[in-house]
Amino acid sequence: MSKITSLADLRNIKANVEAKMSLRERSESPESMVQIRVAMATCGIASGAKIVMDYMINELDKRNIPAVVTQTGCMGYCYAEPTIEVTRPGHQPLVFGYVDAKKADQIIGKYIMNGELLDGIIPVNYENIEGK
Amino acid sequence: MKDLALHILDILQNSVTSGSTLVKLQIDEIPSKDEYLVKFIDNGKGMDAEMVQHVTDPFFTTRTTRKVGLGLPLLKQNAERTGGRMMIQSEPGKGTEVDVMFVFSHIDRLPAGDIAGTMALTVSSYPAIDFTYTHNTPDGSFIFNTIEIKETLGDLPINNPQVITFMKDFISDNLKEIKAS
Repeated sequence: MSKITSLADLRNIKANVEAKMSLRERSESPESMVQIRVAMATCGIASGAKIVMDYMINELDKRNIPAVVTQTGCMGYCYAEPTIEVTRPGHQPLVFGYVDAKKADQIIGKYIMNGELLDGIIPVNYENIEGK
Repeated sequence: MKDLALHILDILQNSVTSGSTLVKLQIDEIPSKDEYLVKFIDNGKGMDAEMVQHVTDPFFTTRTTRKVGLGLPLLKQNAERTGGRMMIQSEPGKGTEVDVMFVFSHIDRLPAGDIAGTMALTVSSYPAIDFTYTHNTPDGSFIFNTIEIKETLGDLPINNPQVITFMKDFISDNLKEIKAS
């Protein structure tokens, strides 16, 4: 039988991650990282937001892009779910609609890494749920 | 919602946005009584009796971005479809408890889905809130507690991608061990 993951493994992960982290990374504030918020209310979840969030976390880690991926509420674009809000450091947030794993890959490759705009941006003066 | 894990992901958001500092999820599988129980307990701002009556109405929501709120009504519908039920108890200032019962053997009981992933994503999105997840089956119990995780992590943030992967594996391995359905 295979081994069960336990808290001891977490201690190893902590040691590994901390050894790899440079001092600069340690002091990195959330503002200097790419921030991604996945709309995860009932509408988003039902449309597949969980898959998108899973994909984003794994892919950004694989490509070594420092980023914070979190959940947010419904922004009122239920028709375009799953939607994600991407904030590159020093830029205005952008909201992308109809995001699936393929679209998420393009957003990472084109917008997050190179700042290229692509289709599917929701062009509005939206207010997010926290601002309401 | 295709599975129970997606419902959990949805309902936990209610607790998170109600200003809770501790959110508990408990699942009890009791095949001998033909029950599959899911319990959400939070210490958020709670609701008054009138609001409790309205939350299962699909046209009630606290949101201002849209006019419908389907989270609880959909879960209630899925529970009742198996012959089960949903009950909500709440007190303003104290918190809310949502109890859902599915009939264990009913063919319409939703598959559990990726509960491990749901917990890992929720926990990492709200580092300031503590979560516990208890799962009991006839084969054993498993308790996941973020207080314990955060103690082990020290100053390493809980939303580190490798920590998220760890939490997923940790939960799913232990659920397998207690033969969670």
